Amino acid sequence: MSASLEIQLIAAFTAAGCAIPGVFLLLRKMSMVSDSITHTILLGIVLAFFAVNDLSSPFLLIGAAIMGPITVWLTELLSKTKAVSEDAATGIVFPLLFSVAVILITKYAGTAHLDTDSVLLGELAFAPFDRMVLLGYDLGAKGLYISGGLLVINIVFTSVFYKELQVVSFDPVLAAVMGFSPAVVHYSLMTAASLTAVGAFEAVGSVLVTAFMIAPAASAYLLTENLKKMIFIAVGIGLASGILGYHTAVLYDVSIAGCMACWTGVFFAGAVLWNLLRKKKKSMIKQ
Amino acid sequence: MMILKDYTFITVALGCLALGGISGVIGSFAVLRKQSLLGDGVSHSALPGVVAAFLLTGIKNTAVLLAGALFSGLLAALLISFAVKKTKIRFDAALATVMSSFFGLGTVLLTCAQKLPDATQAGLSAFIYGQASAMLKSDIILIFGCSAFLLLGVILFWKEFKVFSFDKEFAVQSGYSEKTLSLILSLMTVITVILGIQTVGVVLMSAMLIAPAAAARQWSDRLGIMVILAAIFGGASGVLGAYASAMGEGLPTGPAIVVASGVMVVISVLFAPKRGAVSRIMKQKMNRLRLTVTFDGGNNDIKGKGGRQ
Repeated sequence: MSASLEIQLIAAFTAAGCAIPGVFLLLRKMSMVSDSITHTILLGIVLAFFAVNDLSSPFLLIGAAIMGPITVWLTELLSKTKAVSEDAATGIVFPLLFSVAVILITKYAGTAHLDTDSVLLGELAFAPFDRMVLLGYDLGAKGLYISGGLLVINIVFTSVFYKELQVVSFDPVLAAVMGFSPAVVHYSLMTAASLTAVGAFEAVGSVLVTAFMIAPAASAYLLTENLKKMIFIAVGIGLASGILGYHTAVLYDVSIAGCMACWTGVFFAGAVLWNLLRKKKKSMIKQ
Repeated sequence: MMILKDYTFITVALGCLALGGISGVIGSFAVLRKQSLLGDGVSHSALPGVVAAFLLTGIKNTAVLLAGALFSGLLAALLISFAVKKTKIRFDAALATVMSSFFGLGTVLLTCAQKLPDATQAGLSAFIYGQASAMLKSDIILIFGCSAFLLLGVILFWKEFKVFSFDKEFAVQSGYSEKTLSLILSLMTVITVILGIQTVGVVLMSAMLIAPAAAARQWSDRLGIMVILAAIFGGASGVLGAYASAMGEGLPTGPAIVVASGVMVVISVLFAPKRGAVSRIMKQKMNRLRLTVTFDGGNNDIKGKGGRQ
């Protein structure tokens, strides 16, 4: 498999994998949670690194994945005291955890190759250099397995818990009456989102994970009112942004992840315009 | 104590003091209007403006770069409010979408700048993390000038802002234009964020706006006192952060400031009188005690004690 094809597949899988939990985050009015989770991942990585002292250990990723639900829990804890509103709680908790991570890195991890840059702004162009080698055979880029696995996990999670997610997203009271625990579904979704962010940040950087989670979902939200269609459209936009982003980046020799994020923005702008035109048409027909 | 006379430290501390103070004041209104996260969105969206200003002019002058930041930050804020007004998309989703695509554009432009032959583009990425220790005297003058201007605005529009933050409908009925007031407040938020990104970076600037205001909110129900307290908390965390980073080797200033203001929030939420968690739990316990004592009945003495409050 050529390097360029590998990068495109990783880009497309990552963007599509992020779009699925993004749909539910958006519907549950938790879009900004993606922004907060993607920042606090860094603290999870740093703390796990101090515990095991090995940068290649899988515990780093586990630490990062656990940090997502913890962030959400802390934010809810703060907003539940009624002392601050929900948005302010988000805006206090994640910068605080992120700051602690940055301070820990600069103070104590100086010698280790652990820097905020590589977490915040990933680099997709280097992904093909990191190979998956098993018993001496080169099985392709590692990123391909991570992003592919991510997509599969999200597809499985959503199809297994589709009904639960649907009811909890649209009618939490009904969900409780029907016997689903909204809290269990809520934290499973947070774990899925956190896992997805962890899998994606190495390729695209944690700040842009927000773009791939929310922008396709927001565009799809404007284009349809059917949940299933919304998921498929969001995944489609994710795939398209990945591939278009790669080719734009190669054309101008710039950051791949950045271009992918720009494309998700373009799709959103298109969805807004389409929405406006449709509204105009409707009002004209009425007249 | 030598450090207190150090020129660099004084410069940085003064800058952080003014920045923290003005963020507290402007942030109070953002928090009350439940627009806390707008600052986060604007600061991320400022990145392409910074880099584009550099690419277009080729100079790395703070004022030029901040003008670029102001332009793209405002553009993002306008796009967000346009999408929210014209479609069914909610504020949080529009915010997340616009800010992350803008940030993506910023990283794209950053890779363009890195390809320029001369090394002058170095330091542009300082806007992502902030670089308080590199503050110059001219930066301080800029920060103080803008802060004074913003403060003047708050004093001039005090009554309007007050009514608008607490009771939008009443404000509109009293003849204030919702559009204008909301625009002025958003504009002031954007200016404050832009002033701060060079010091604490785009990621952490939102906390500078929110944390002091949220902490101050716990101590008072009066807007005037809240705003003054927020300014004090913000200024104090600015100086504390600058001091900690000057003392501790390699301790970054921006995160140090955010941690200082975060600690203030935790203390305020726990221990503030009336609204604080501890005082509320105490009150609950007292009430429960009073109830049981009253129901246990009979003894007038204890009943009287409880009934007095």
